[in-house]
Amino acid sequence: MYDLLISPFVEFGFMQRALAGSLLLAVAACPIGVFLMLRRMSLAGDAMAHAILPGAAAGFLLFGLELVPMTIGGLIAGAVVAVGAGAVARFTAQKEDASMAAFYLISLALGVMMVSLRGSSVDLLHILFGSVLSLDDAALSLLAGIAVVTLACLFVFWRALVAECLDPLFLRSVSRLGPPVHFLFLGLVVLNLVGGFQALGTLLSVGLMMLPAAAARFWTGRVVTMCGLAVAIGIAACLSGLLVSYHAGLPSGPAIVLSAGVVYLASALLGTRGALVARFARPHRHRTA
Amino acid sequence: MSDAAITFSDLTLGYNSHAAVHHLNGVVEAGSLTAVVGANGSGKSTLMKAVAGLLKPMSGKCRVEAGRRIAYLPQQSELDRSFPVRVVDIVDMGLWPRRGLLGRTAARDRALIGEALAAVGLAGFEKRPIDTLSGGQFQRALFARVLVQEADIILLDEPFNAIDAKTVADLIALIRGWHGKGLTVMVVAHDLDLVRTTFPQALLLARRPVAWGETAKVLTPETLRTARNFEEAWNDDAPWCAADNGSARASHEPHGHPHHHGAAHDHARPAPMARAG
Repeated sequence: MYDLLISPFVEFGFMQRALAGSLLLAVAACPIGVFLMLRRMSLAGDAMAHAILPGAAAGFLLFGLELVPMTIGGLIAGAVVAVGAGAVARFTAQKEDASMAAFYLISLALGVMMVSLRGSSVDLLHILFGSVLSLDDAALSLLAGIAVVTLACLFVFWRALVAECLDPLFLRSVSRLGPPVHFLFLGLVVLNLVGGFQALGTLLSVGLMMLPAAAARFWTGRVVTMCGLAVAIGIAACLSGLLVSYHAGLPSGPAIVLSAGVVYLASALLGTRGALVARFARPHRHRTA
Repeated sequence: MSDAAITFSDLTLGYNSHAAVHHLNGVVEAGSLTAVVGANGSGKSTLMKAVAGLLKPMSGKCRVEAGRRIAYLPQQSELDRSFPVRVVDIVDMGLWPRRGLLGRTAARDRALIGEALAAVGLAGFEKRPIDTLSGGQFQRALFARVLVQEADIILLDEPFNAIDAKTVADLIALIRGWHGKGLTVMVVAHDLDLVRTTFPQALLLARRPVAWGETAKVLTPETLRTARNFEEAWNDDAPWCAADNGSARASHEPHGHPHHHGAAHDHARPAPMARAG
């Protein structure tokens, strides 16, 4: 048992780093995923993850596989797409889902183009799928910083975020915080995806963001509990994904996301709130009210 | 009774330079109870949003007397009822004006929430998730939020939509109570019989004020016919409003262009101003 579960993390430094990095990511990204899901923006997370690519690619082309330029590039690209899509939705007749799709597709194509201009397909794979097993100190401090900023913002703006999702018109009638909170939230999404692409890659970091959140929805009816549960599921997925990848020699990023996927499917079947089994099981007794 | 709570001066509201409410003049008196009536698309909700400060006027002004607090209840359809919160959390939002983003909930506030829920007939519902409430119960919870806001001016946008008779009666009693306490209340409503029996004042809108004043004088067959005949369709080629001529937006339009909404611009207020369209 010890050999199976503990010793990989004790014996190998890269496993410790991978664990620390993915746990930091789970702590910050999972609550963000809960709010994305509750705002019905689950797919926007995916779109944003793609949108980050050209920025990261530009950083990579100019400076090679370096953390800081790729991160800054990713942040800029994410911000441009978020603000661009938001602006088109606000100032034209088009809705945000369509403008978001347009901007992320342009962005993704641009990114793929830039990566293939120089650099081999191996580099492209690294950007798309990351490598949690090769996190250095700089990447770990970046992930820690992102986690601290995210949790601090969530703590301070919690009430406004909930009100903005639940009853945006009411919030606007009592406070000016509505629109800024929306953009702050989009900023946090971009920040966490940029943090995630080092560890899991742009495509898979959104998996660690959304899957635990979607799974937690089947178990609880309160936002706070949902965020806590999502973090717990995220942590469990990181642990199991890393162990599976270590023992079976499988790539770690997909293993983490697939672990979260297993929890999601189990929750969709067995959860206590609106899950499949609970809906179709016919109870013999029912309450009068 | 005679001082103003809300003053409209030449207020024009709309989206993308298409006006939804034209040139509204008048005063909502402090302590008055006004029904806002009119067909779908006649600008009722738009007007409520403007008073609540959610919508900037295209021209003119909507002035709320200084120091008066507003409680605004949006249409139910604007709220996300599947959001995972409890009844007590919805009512708790009403504390925002006093508590802001980070303030703590004091013991007094918790007592206030309990009293408000009891007043709307939802005592004991505190912990219920909102997605288990019926439409009527949910509207009661929203009224409890209005109570908690302790506002001077109360704006309710279609609070009686898809609500059963018993609940409507209870909500009306609450509204009467606010009126009795001297609060200023404006309610968007569709049921004209209800408006006649409950609301002393009425404002009939058809993208422009058709009539405004004592309910009995506002809701006549003549005014209602006028209100029905307004141009509901969103018309991309609608002519520019003549009153705006001279502004940069309208300058390329010839003066004296036939005016599509008739003689809407000589506004008497707040006396009834019925006229055949």
